[in-house]
Amino acid sequence: MAREQLLENTYLTYLPSEKFKTGLLSAQLVLPLEEETASLHALLVNVLNRGTERCPNMEAVSARLDELYGARLDPTVRKIGESHVVGFAASCVDDRLLPGGERLLEPLADLMGEMILRPARENGGFVSSFVDSEQNNLVDLIESEINDKRLYASKRLIEEMCAGEPFGVSRLGSAEAAEHITREALEARYEAILPRARLELFYCGGAPAERVRGLFLRAFAGRPQGEPFVLPPVTRRPAPPAPRLVEESMDVSQGKLCMGFRVGGDDIPAGMLMNAMFGGTSNSKLFLNVREKLSLCYYAGSTYYRRKGLLTVSSGIEFENYQRAVDEIFAQLEAIRRGEWEAWELDGARSSMLHILRTMEDSAGAMEDFHLQQAVAGGEETLQSLADDLRAVTPERIQAAAERVKADTIYFLKGKEARG
Amino acid sequence: MSVREYPRLDERVSRRTLENGLEVIVVHKPRHAKQYAFFATRYGGMDLRFQLGGQWLDTPAGIAHYLEHKMFDTKEGNALQELARNGAEPNAFTSNAITAYHFDSTERFYDNLRILLSFVSEPYFTDESVAKEQGIIGQEIRMIEDNPEWRVYTNLLRCLYRNSPARVSVAGTVESISHITAQTLYDCHRAFYTPGNMVLVCVGNLEMDRVAAAAEEILPRESGPAVPRDYGGEEDQTPAGPEVSEAMEVSMPQFLAGFKCRPIDGGEPLLRQSLVGDLACDVLFGDSSPLYTRLYEEGLINGSLGGNFDTLPGAAYLYVGGDAKEPRRVFEDIMAQARRLGEEGIDEAFYQRVRRASYGSMLRSLNSFENIAVSMSEGHFRGFDYYRFPEIFETVSKSDVERFLRENVVPDRAALSLIVPKER
Repeated sequence: MAREQLLENTYLTYLPSEKFKTGLLSAQLVLPLEEETASLHALLVNVLNRGTERCPNMEAVSARLDELYGARLDPTVRKIGESHVVGFAASCVDDRLLPGGERLLEPLADLMGEMILRPARENGGFVSSFVDSEQNNLVDLIESEINDKRLYASKRLIEEMCAGEPFGVSRLGSAEAAEHITREALEARYEAILPRARLELFYCGGAPAERVRGLFLRAFAGRPQGEPFVLPPVTRRPAPPAPRLVEESMDVSQGKLCMGFRVGGDDIPAGMLMNAMFGGTSNSKLFLNVREKLSLCYYAGSTYYRRKGLLTVSSGIEFENYQRAVDEIFAQLEAIRRGEWEAWELDGARSSMLHILRTMEDSAGAMEDFHLQQAVAGGEETLQSLADDLRAVTPERIQAAAERVKADTIYFLKGKEARG
Repeated sequence: MSVREYPRLDERVSRRTLENGLEVIVVHKPRHAKQYAFFATRYGGMDLRFQLGGQWLDTPAGIAHYLEHKMFDTKEGNALQELARNGAEPNAFTSNAITAYHFDSTERFYDNLRILLSFVSEPYFTDESVAKEQGIIGQEIRMIEDNPEWRVYTNLLRCLYRNSPARVSVAGTVESISHITAQTLYDCHRAFYTPGNMVLVCVGNLEMDRVAAAAEEILPRESGPAVPRDYGGEEDQTPAGPEVSEAMEVSMPQFLAGFKCRPIDGGEPLLRQSLVGDLACDVLFGDSSPLYTRLYEEGLINGSLGGNFDTLPGAAYLYVGGDAKEPRRVFEDIMAQARRLGEEGIDEAFYQRVRRASYGSMLRSLNSFENIAVSMSEGHFRGFDYYRFPEIFETVSKSDVERFLRENVVPDRAALSLIVPKER
């Protein structure tokens, strides 16, 4: 792995691997995460995706991708820490597997560069029919988040718990903000961010570094330059003295319980293992107790947002089991604070985390995401250093990490007829 | 044992049939850290009626899936935890035709493989443990009942089929699973979890000799008899009903249209039919098709439109669906476009580029160990070698795809399933 500066405010991470049938290319713009601009950014990449100067509409773009043996080129919108990262991820079949030995990476990188630098235009601006239809799609997409109740509940928890913090802004922004975007505002935002955003480029696959440098240089030469954005560090807040309760009702047959916690301190490796033991694996305390022992649910798990210092628990339960489930989840956290676990629980959590790190190199997408997170957060973490840190965590550090976990908000999505 | 190279795919595969009838397949991946095992039985949600010891048995809907959950119980505790303790990531799934147990690990692979082979081949249930699972699976069923994609799919299959058990939800219902007892689970295990009815696929930097040795050491010496199954007899290609609609808490209508196709039993003709069916989907409504582009630009669909050709024992259908504000109009447009393509033919240049793209996406799917294992298992159970797809694909012509559309994507064979937003 090597990350190097390729152009002004532009970095390339080169991840050589001979394992895959396809090569991955990615170009990501690192932006501040703000209420006012989140939906603009999300809309922008989807409008850019509709056409370029040379491939001016969807049909031309699709035809180009088909000719490149079904290459993929998709807009991406990610929330990393408190940054908003948007761009394109692309992949195409590796040259060695093509009957004629054609080279696909160069034309694919060109198309990606055109999408970002030379979008299709009409009357000097974005094509208004592209803006209109992508705006409708974005509004529909945000509104459709309600269809998956499990994800919807998790999203609502974060919105409630982190209201007023950048982290509370959802990845796609709000439907309301998306509805009010004008073509002019979108155009202005594009002109503003293109010269200022840091551009992070990635390649994972079998091509030599020199070829990859060359194809990215060609694709991204000529990007206008401006004062780079200053991205503020991630904010950390303490939990309120008593957790806030938020309830919503809907016509559903299963209740969704989501609990949000603040995690103080800086011992991230201990936090990762604590979370794995608590609810991060099918060997965890939540899985074994809330699901297997008490049969309260089909799923109960936790997620640790290590750069933000948050931990969330998510479970699907019968409405009337709300209190039992909440009590049991707190009881399991308390057990970790008291050091009540058997040796295999910690061993299993540790092996499971190490396994996840080791297999990351078997997935080009996972590698890109890990290294993008590093590039955005600016840390010195590598897969190897993280593995070493996890190996060194002691039980005392895990207990201490659990002590610093404080409940902030409990969100419950219940049925319409349920009492409570 | 046979070892076979597939130069067009850059793949190498070893195969061995053990004396007890188990097929063992090792797909060699010398560069990967991940090692993956997939142990599957040809037994799924559709296998509800079968013959055991001369008697026809009718079993409750959802039993194969229930059995999958209970197989993880062992005398010592739970195999899921045992594997997780070794840092392995175990899981399982039940589909219409297959139940599979799998894990991936980066350490102690052969120990983990022994655990996998043991718990899947040695049932251990008590009435108490079976009853306890009702709560967990009941919650799983509740969860999927709230999932519109699941509802629109199961409703469609009920609408397409009259007798085939394809119309029964793999998970069953809270009511149907209440009839499951330890004894019915033992019966189903005895019938279907026999080496001759199973396949073991391992993917990674692995040796066939060690994989086969583990299987020979742990599994029974002999296989049970082949079990006759009843899939409800042959059905014609007319759907049971034209349309089904249900209201749910969704933001926009969802639809799934199905077209009943003539099933092919197995062998390379089945693989070929699948390739033709997939190409027909790409040509008709794939991302780069004229229809998709037009509907997208007119705002009638969004990026969610998609579909596939699917084959099950005794059943085959093409499906297409997604979110749409005017689902009936999209459905009509799809049928009109199919008729046009069938009558006027597919543009040659368009066909050639879709073909390229389709080949590229098949290669892409080989990045996933799970995709590889599922394709290999299905191939074994249904009598073809999936890795022969480049050769079979070459034999497919434009007129095959046109004929497929003319025969299958027609109003007489169509059913439409809708999910509409509930009035608030």
